[in-house]
Amino acid sequence: MSSTITPINTKISCYHCGNDCSEEDIFEQEKHFCCSGCHTVYEILKDNNLCGYYDLNDNAGVSLKSKDFNGKFAYLDEALIHDELLAFKNESVAKVFLYVPSIHCSSCVWLLENFSKIKSGVISSRLNFVRKELAIDFNPNLTSLKKIVELMATLGYEPKINLESIQKPKVIDSATKDLLYKIGVTGFCAGNIMMMSFPEYFNLNSNNDRLLQRFFLYFNFLLALPVFFFGASDYLKGAYYSIIENLKRNTDVLSVDIPIALGIIALFIRSLYETFVTHTAAYWDSMAGLVLFLLLGRWVQQVTFNYLSFDRSYKSYFPLAVKVKNQEVQYKNVNDLKKGEEFIIHHQELIPADAILTEGHAMIDYSFVTGEAKPVKKTIGEVVFAGGRQVADRIELMVQKPVSISYLTQLWNNESFLKEKTTPTTEWANAFSKYFTFSTILIAVLVGIYWYFNNSALLWPAVTAILMVACPCALTLSLPFTMNTVMSIFGQNKFFVKNQGVIQLLAEVDTIVFDKTGTLTKGNKGTVSFVGKINKQEEKLIFSVVSQSVHPLSKMVATYLAPNLALKLSAYKEINGKGIEAEVECTKIRLGRLDFVKNELADQVDSEVHIMIDNEYKGFFTVEPQLRSNWEDMLEKLKKTFELKLLSGDTNKIQKVLGTVFGENMQFEQSPQQKLDYIKYLQINGKKVLMIGDGLNDAGALREAKVGIAFTEDIQAFSPSCDAILDASNFEKLGKYLFFSKTALSVVKSSFLLSLVYNVLSIGWASTGMLSPVFAAILMPLSTISVVLFAVGSTWIIAKHRKLV
Amino acid sequence: MSILILLVILALLIAIGFLAAFLWATHDGQFEDTFSPSVRILMDNDRKENIKEAEKRF
Repeated sequence: MSSTITPINTKISCYHCGNDCSEEDIFEQEKHFCCSGCHTVYEILKDNNLCGYYDLNDNAGVSLKSKDFNGKFAYLDEALIHDELLAFKNESVAKVFLYVPSIHCSSCVWLLENFSKIKSGVISSRLNFVRKELAIDFNPNLTSLKKIVELMATLGYEPKINLESIQKPKVIDSATKDLLYKIGVTGFCAGNIMMMSFPEYFNLNSNNDRLLQRFFLYFNFLLALPVFFFGASDYLKGAYYSIIENLKRNTDVLSVDIPIALGIIALFIRSLYETFVTHTAAYWDSMAGLVLFLLLGRWVQQVTFNYLSFDRSYKSYFPLAVKVKNQEVQYKNVNDLKKGEEFIIHHQELIPADAILTEGHAMIDYSFVTGEAKPVKKTIGEVVFAGGRQVADRIELMVQKPVSISYLTQLWNNESFLKEKTTPTTEWANAFSKYFTFSTILIAVLVGIYWYFNNSALLWPAVTAILMVACPCALTLSLPFTMNTVMSIFGQNKFFVKNQGVIQLLAEVDTIVFDKTGTLTKGNKGTVSFVGKINKQEEKLIFSVVSQSVHPLSKMVATYLAPNLALKLSAYKEINGKGIEAEVECTKIRLGRLDFVKNELADQVDSEVHIMIDNEYKGFFTVEPQLRSNWEDMLEKLKKTFELKLLSGDTNKIQKVLGTVFGENMQFEQSPQQKLDYIKYLQINGKKVLMIGDGLNDAGALREAKVGIAFTEDIQAFSPSCDAILDASNFEKLGKYLFFSKTALSVVKSSFLLSLVYNVLSIGWASTGMLSPVFAAILMPLSTISVVLFAVGSTWIIAKHRKLV
Repeated sequence: MSILILLVILALLIAIGFLAAFLWATHDGQFEDTFSPSVRILMDNDRKENIKEAEKRF
């Protein structure tokens, strides 16, 4: 290896990951690397002749800075855990599915599918890019799952292994496939029927070629059979069950399938009559076209962002295994932990169960659960709750409660997690369908009575024609198509909703509840300021010390003082929960808590870092939580339409600032359960609540609220179970989204109106009994397409006007 | 003109072939991942080259 480390002043980006190489620069063969991790990956790829990785995309790699995998995956060698992860295993082949969140480009596909070349023992690997799932077949005699996972992690593709991974791979959504089959078959038949109907449209062969005319007619009949019995089966079944339920008096809701099925059946019977009794042109083309449109609408309705995960429980946060003490196995599945068992937690590991501390110094960071960034100190004998992260050294704990009933996880046993949220899509359509069905039948009966007394020959033609054209095809399509457009517009603005129903729910919201940490404030970031006096040289000294520490406050101070050149330390000692003692260039530096720095009792504010240089007190850095830009403008705008509330898990540090907007509607130090209960309380009092939160501590509230929006800095990263995910960079657009949802619903309403106009006109025409097949074949698709175009087009225009696209 | 009947039936049979191809593709999961196949097709050439190189070495 011919690598040298040289200080560099100009900005050079890493050949592997594209990061800035200013801190450390490894130079080899005219290529720069930002850290040894990136350099190692390059070496591995080069040795295996896989540098094509870099030809596909520039700087394709994943940054490996400050990653340490040593021992992290040791639990994968434990046979029990290992076998639970495998999808299949025999003597010579094992198959495993790994979720790899860092997959992002074609180079990733290339490398991961060539994995067998890097690692002997790997038979083949195949990637599903959409699901970010890598299927690996390997020979368990030649290599092990642990070795594979470790190599993947080294290359920057660390698989996510957590409690959720042992649930067997999800069954591929068979409903979606079923719909695709139906669309394929119906589209095929509809196209052919339309082509074979052309001679009829132009009256080409009515007299001179009876054979051909009959042939086309029967041909169409045969093609229409799969449309009716396969393509339309869902609508016919839906209508049948709805009628049965109504007759049993279980419900008084008429499903929207009833008028649709009525139309399809009317078309089918009338066409049968025309084909086999009168031998004249039938309505097969109209029927096939209608079913095809309906199926397309259904398909549009279920399009979602399937690369995002909206339904996460604590299982995707918790580790799969934990190191246990005094047992024949070294690692144990977290689910199998029993009361009284002892386990070991290392630096930066998550505590999976409520437990008592038996050995070591515990500094637990509960920011995951409460949103409070400050680590809590625990002494031996104290209870540590699940969900906390150990930020100090190794500790030993004894289980108090199994994982499934621990303090944190019992939130998921709350009833709000058990019931599915109702989406209003069907409610709306059903309410409408009731009036529509009855008025269609009423008109048909009235027209029938009229013709019975005036010209009984026209009775059946008129009645069937009314049922045929009254089919609410355009009506049922305008909703899914508009909502789909809104979803994709939101998607472009990095606001991802779970399904179409969420947009309708958003439009109904009247109260917004904000979580503070990570939502109104920027995660753990804060504005640092210094109180006291220091010069440039002293700044340099302090920077050299704090840049060695991983404590959140040190990190913030280091960022505040950067860019700066770190000097070599001659002594360094970090005392957990107190501060740092170090020596740089013969200067003694103590920084941290006031009582530690001054070595005497003193009042301490938690967000302050005090500085002592050569026994001289210099002052302190103070960290204020930083609010998102434009938060005030946005909230003031929202305040005019919505009721705003604030729920926070942490202390009321910045109550004064936020009070100008929220007034009395602020609550601090709320537990996850209290948050959930508060939302419940609001909703019982008739409010329609939108909850915006980011952490696991908001999971219950997000679930209970009518709409829960998870707020995240990184869309692919973990977010709690929610209805929509909003990228943090678009925080100030939140108001726009809410108002746009309302507008979208009015677009749907006006397209309903438009299609009603079509219906009135065509029913008028149909009641004369003169509706010809050609006319029906033109009128029905035309009304459908124009309504859909109107809905989609006006949604886009409005979005453009509001600068959302 | 009755030759049309034969032609129409033949045309339908051919079209049914395409329908069958679509149904098979759906069943096979071709519409589940629309990105990686486009990359995979580029990789195969490379793999062959590598295999050839590997063969030369031994």
